[in-house]
Amino acid sequence: MKRIYVNEKWCLGCHLCEYNCAFANSGSDDMVKALKDVRINPRIRIEEKQGISFAVSCRHCAEPLCVKSCITGALSVDSGVIEVNKDKCVGCYTCIMVCPYGAIMPGSDGSVIQKCELCTNNAFGEPACVTGCPNKAIVFEER
Amino acid sequence: MKYVIIGNSAAAVGCIEGIRSVDKTGTITVISKEPYHVYSRPLISYLLYGKTDEQRMKYRPDSFYEDNGVKALLGVTAEKVDYEQKKVILNNGAQIPFDKLLFATGSEPFVPPMAGLDEVEKKFSFMKLDDAKALQAEINPESRVLIIGAGLIGLKCAEGILQKVKEVTVVDLAPCILPSVLDEEGSEIVQKHIEEQGVKFCLANSVAQFHQNAAILKDGTELAFDLLVVAVGVRPETKLAAAIGCKVNKGILTDAHRATNLADVYAAGDCSESLDITVNQQRVLALLPNAYMQGETAGITMAGGEKRYDKAIPMNAVGFFGLHIVTAGSYDGEAYVVKNGGNYKKMVSKDNLLKGYILIGDVARAGIYTSLIREKTPLDSIDYELIKEKPQLMAFTATERAVKLGGTKIED
Ligand SMILES: Cc1cc2nc3c(=O)[nH]c(=O)nc-3n(C[C@H](O)[C@H](O)[C@H](O)COP(=O)(O)OP(=O)(O)OC[C@H]3O[C@@H](n4cnc5c(N)ncnc54)[C@H](O)[C@@H]3O)c2cc1C
Repeated sequence: MKRIYVNEKWCLGCHLCEYNCAFANSGSDDMVKALKDVRINPRIRIEEKQGISFAVSCRHCAEPLCVKSCITGALSVDSGVIEVNKDKCVGCYTCIMVCPYGAIMPGSDGSVIQKCELCTNNAFGEPACVTGCPNKAIVFEER
Repeated sequence: MKYVIIGNSAAAVGCIEGIRSVDKTGTITVISKEPYHVYSRPLISYLLYGKTDEQRMKYRPDSFYEDNGVKALLGVTAEKVDYEQKKVILNNGAQIPFDKLLFATGSEPFVPPMAGLDEVEKKFSFMKLDDAKALQAEINPESRVLIIGAGLIGLKCAEGILQKVKEVTVVDLAPCILPSVLDEEGSEIVQKHIEEQGVKFCLANSVAQFHQNAAILKDGTELAFDLLVVAVGVRPETKLAAAIGCKVNKGILTDAHRATNLADVYAAGDCSESLDITVNQQRVLALLPNAYMQGETAGITMAGGEKRYDKAIPMNAVGFFGLHIVTAGSYDGEAYVVKNGGNYKKMVSKDNLLKGYILIGDVARAGIYTSLIREKTPLDSIDYELIKEKPQLMAFTATERAVKLGGTKIED
């Protein structure tokens, strides 16, 4: 299955992926309206330090600890994509406790979690972070 | 192949999904005392709170048994296992033959002897959906509720009902709340937060005597109450397994494949023990993720596949009134502690390994810490000073990151 991979040597640390992610998952079709004066809470996050930077988002693990640990059954795998059913999630953060990548985070009001679903459940259809990456530091590939 | 599972909760579901990843055709029968489609046990407090409902708290979709070719016998009890004849005998007289059997019987509430407990008319455990429903039916805005036990279950119950009753008082023998999960400092922070919501605590105390609707505590305090919840602890349900000769310590003993000492008999979840790798001891780790993964390992093994579950650690993610707590591992070793406003962090290391941690408040990316414990990552192979500040992948080497994020395969 196609997954997101990052090559930190190519990452400029521009944070565009974070903005594109927040926009793609905002439900709005106007980027300015969606992001202006908003403190974004993207599902992909840049780590940076002393000239090194890279993006972190869900790896869609073949043996997903988050799904196996989810106490409610809100996390599940659909054709390899790990998805969250926000209706079932109660925000216990067990998945945050077990994800080795730190790729799951509280949603904006903290009552449920959010994670990368490869833009399969928004209008974008393909990962917005990849499409918008100016230096191909984030790719969506079968490996 | 005929698979039979006693119990119908997280361990059972793990087993079913494990079996089906290997064997699509064998028959699977699930036997469940509780007359419900599999539900998430920890959600009973959220049900009372109003954050979920019976439909949404189902642990798997309505079509789960059908999708997995499972015959679910709900609302019946397995009374006996005939190991010689390889069959399970139910309370309705039915006999269910098996080739492979899983004990996924979970735990039962432990009620210590307390003087006068028999006189208390309205008393509850807080373990199952029916307990929550019974409590829900009795509480009203005038109810004074006394909870015995300041562990996870007692406090979750307190959170679930606080807004719907007049008063909630929690009594515990231990001087601190959540004694099995938190250290003293962490307990104080969480206790203060819960008290601010209106819950009262009587700690380092216990009930000396019940007189109908009054409890006289050891220190002489008299507490009047309308409803009593006993949430002192749980005990692995091991009777049936012990009766056929399975080795039982506190819980049923198994190997890393979840096989018991008896051929074709397996055990998973709260009824069994696992090797806690942070202390290298067999323990009951009564936690849902553990139950699921043990069940899955058992299922794969029962179906002839290869799977080990050998990275078990204690770990808890829990919130009370919006304050989040994540803990993992054990706390014996060198401690690094940071207190910052409402946030608390403790990391415990020993022998070049992270052994345990406590995070209260800011729990972001806690799983990076958990993975250091689970994978026994040598701390000198990462930038420990950096990761102590906050969980981050930057603390790993670029080569390691290329594996984690870049899709580089590890050659072995
Ligand atoms: C209020 C509460 C909150 C919790 N919160 C958390 C949490 O936040 N995080 C966490 O990780 N864990 C939590 N837990 C613990 C978690 O629920 C358990 O670890 C988990 O449910 C264990 O699953 P299990 O499959 O081993 O057994 P159980 O869930 O105990 O289920 C066992 C089932 O087997 C049935 N059974 C037993 N004997 C027989 C028999 N002879 N015949 C037929 N059926 C039988 C029982 O009736 C029961 O339905 C909580 C528990 C409670 C009660």
